Amino acid sequence: MKKYLNVIVAYSIMLALIILVGIFQSWSIALSIFNYCMISAVMTMGANIQWGYAGLINFGIMGYAALGGLAVVLVSVAPVPEAWEAGGLNMMVCILVIAAMVFSIRYVLKKIQKSKKRNYFVAGIIIVGLILLRMISGPAIENIEAVNPAKTGFLGGLGMPVLFSWIVGGFLAGGLAYVVGKIALGLRADYLAIATLLIAEIVVSVIKHEDWLARGVKNVIGLKRPVPYEVDLQSTPWFINLVEKFNSGKLNLIKSVAEKQEVLKQLVIDASSIYVKLCMAGLFLSVVVALLIITQKALYSPWGRKMRAIRDNEEAASAMGKNIVKEHLLIFILGSAVVGIAGAMMVTNDGLFTPGSYRPMRYTFVIWVMVIVGGTGNNFGAILGGFFVWFLWVQAAPIALFLINLFTSHLPETNALRIHLIESAPYFRFLMIGIGLLVIMRYRPQGILPEKIIKQ
Amino acid sequence: MDFLNALILLLNYTIIPALTYGSQLALGAIFVTLIYGVLRFANFATGDMMSFGTMFAVLLTYYFQSLGIGLGVLPTALLTIPFAIVMMILYMLTIDKFVFSYYRIKKSPPVQLAMVSVGVMFVTQAIIRIIIGPFDRRFLDGEKFILKAMEFKEMTGLNEGLTIKSTQLITIIVTLIVVSIMFWFLNKTKTGTSMRAYSDNEDLALLSGIDPKRVVMLTWIIAGVLATIGGVLYGLDKSYKPFVYFNNMLPIFAAAIVGGIGNPFGAFLGGYVVAFGEIFITYAYKKFFTYILPESLAPDSLMQLLSTDYKFAVSFSILVIVLLFRPSGIFKGKIL
Repeated sequence: MKKYLNVIVAYSIMLALIILVGIFQSWSIALSIFNYCMISAVMTMGANIQWGYAGLINFGIMGYAALGGLAVVLVSVAPVPEAWEAGGLNMMVCILVIAAMVFSIRYVLKKIQKSKKRNYFVAGIIIVGLILLRMISGPAIENIEAVNPAKTGFLGGLGMPVLFSWIVGGFLAGGLAYVVGKIALGLRADYLAIATLLIAEIVVSVIKHEDWLARGVKNVIGLKRPVPYEVDLQSTPWFINLVEKFNSGKLNLIKSVAEKQEVLKQLVIDASSIYVKLCMAGLFLSVVVALLIITQKALYSPWGRKMRAIRDNEEAASAMGKNIVKEHLLIFILGSAVVGIAGAMMVTNDGLFTPGSYRPMRYTFVIWVMVIVGGTGNNFGAILGGFFVWFLWVQAAPIALFLINLFTSHLPETNALRIHLIESAPYFRFLMIGIGLLVIMRYRPQGILPEKIIKQ
Repeated sequence: MDFLNALILLLNYTIIPALTYGSQLALGAIFVTLIYGVLRFANFATGDMMSFGTMFAVLLTYYFQSLGIGLGVLPTALLTIPFAIVMMILYMLTIDKFVFSYYRIKKSPPVQLAMVSVGVMFVTQAIIRIIIGPFDRRFLDGEKFILKAMEFKEMTGLNEGLTIKSTQLITIIVTLIVVSIMFWFLNKTKTGTSMRAYSDNEDLALLSGIDPKRVVMLTWIIAGVLATIGGVLYGLDKSYKPFVYFNNMLPIFAAAIVGGIGNPFGAFLGGYVVAFGEIFITYAYKKFFTYILPESLAPDSLMQLLSTDYKFAVSFSILVIVLLFRPSGIFKGKIL
């Protein structure tokens, strides 16, 4: 118990903060913050697996989150038969061409000795493959995008349940991580950071501009949900009865029947939104808890000790016969897959996929601040970091507004400085996050909840 | 005649814009590489530092315009650059004193310094947005064009026009002047040599009596000059928007690494490699081929390797290819 005292204290403070939001702002806002906090926590856990366990710096979180989001579209949206007829076959052939390219390159790399000739072979295969792809996919893409462009204009998905897409998102992100890891993992730490960031940018720009895949910047809206819709709930008898029971005291005070009906209707509308968010929260919480259990078990298993050994002294671990390249690749894939799951969760929560919104600021750097602030190498710390920083990110504007009003209260309402400051209140979130990161880095470099090494 | 037309076409749509964009990237890339070479970390606040210097130039331009001070045909912003540089250097030295110096003295690993620079990035971004706001601003005044397409057509009688914007010429000339002064300083003066020595081997440099504080200060000063000039030139040529500057950090990084990080000359050329790569690969060559090929062979398609949407992606792909085949960059990195 004592071992976890700081965890319990920190988590209670965090929970109290969210409850305060519920009391002072509204429960609906508090629950959406809570849901987003949990999504951030999952992303942070993914980054923490890479950075905290193995010391790999991955600034490409944005790309994996976007792939996770893409998975939701590809899995849950109903297929568009006209688009498949127009160009589905060609796109399938393209996939075969890509597979053929990959296998022939692998074959060449294996069979021919390292030489100039081999390089020319590989380059030749890539160029021929690209030209083939262009020729096959060009007309097909045009046809697909011409199918009802205002509503579809893409191939659509598989029409499967949306929860399944979380797993697929993990696999997609893991697959990308395999490729990226093969390319970039040999680089020095800060090179690796830059390379992963730029590769993530490439991934996002492909998702943004390949309209046949997921409509690109035209966005996909109205995605399926694993929880009931508010509109359906509002007409379900058991739900209305439930709300009536909960608020019976309040309702009994109202005499007139018409007025009572009116109040009840409003209450049901409010309650339905809260109920939906609670359901989401339950789903997310189960993911967070499951991941926490798995990661904790992994961290204190022989495998976790091996990872820490590699992180702390690569040469020594290598001398002990550990395969560092393989382990790094594995942990890179695992961490990225977790980020992919988080990306899918986020898109499911929003109900829409907006490739244009994936920007490095929000999806890479803020997540990294969460990892550093929460505590590298400590899963409880990662979750806390996700909660705390996201809370600050959302609530920074109101806090800043409050502070500005406090400090400029002696100035008249029309003072130019005061108006300017109030207008720029939303940007104080960057200031708070930045200063928070700098302070933590300086005075508590291991984060709020530092790594704990249990001696067995 | 057709050949000349084709040449002018290329010059107008690819070579001149690429030279301009390349110069802007080159200044930023040298800034990244200097910090990397002397202070030994990847500075993620690059884009925002450039934006910070530019912000002062923009504000001062507005102020000078209201006072009626100008340079006639040249943009007023050129007049404000020295003041902006001073503000920028002050800001950088303050940040160094309160943030970076602590980790330098502690000899923290480069990754930690890079994370600290992310913090600096957040703070700088906030300051910029609070002072000037996130909006798009144009601050170019004076003559816009040196050569207009119509004039060129009348002058030469060719079908294709050549447009040279004044900002393009200013960018290229100013870059060349600044970069040559910087290389002269690094290679010919004693202080420059001491900087290179410090970057090459810190301990040996300390043994031979080089003052590290002075070297670090000089680095920030040169970096401030480069960042501000690069930022202002970019802003004059396109427009000033804080978010765009943050995004420019990525191609700048690509340029610095492609050239061989830590090597200023490599970074200088890397800027052009990235810019030319981006523009050549995303340019539609249809018209070009219609000019040089006989009519029967004229292409139907756009003859574009990649759509312009992938402009940024091209520079990153160049970087990935370089990292795969020559991890130390085209020009061997890490000798300043």
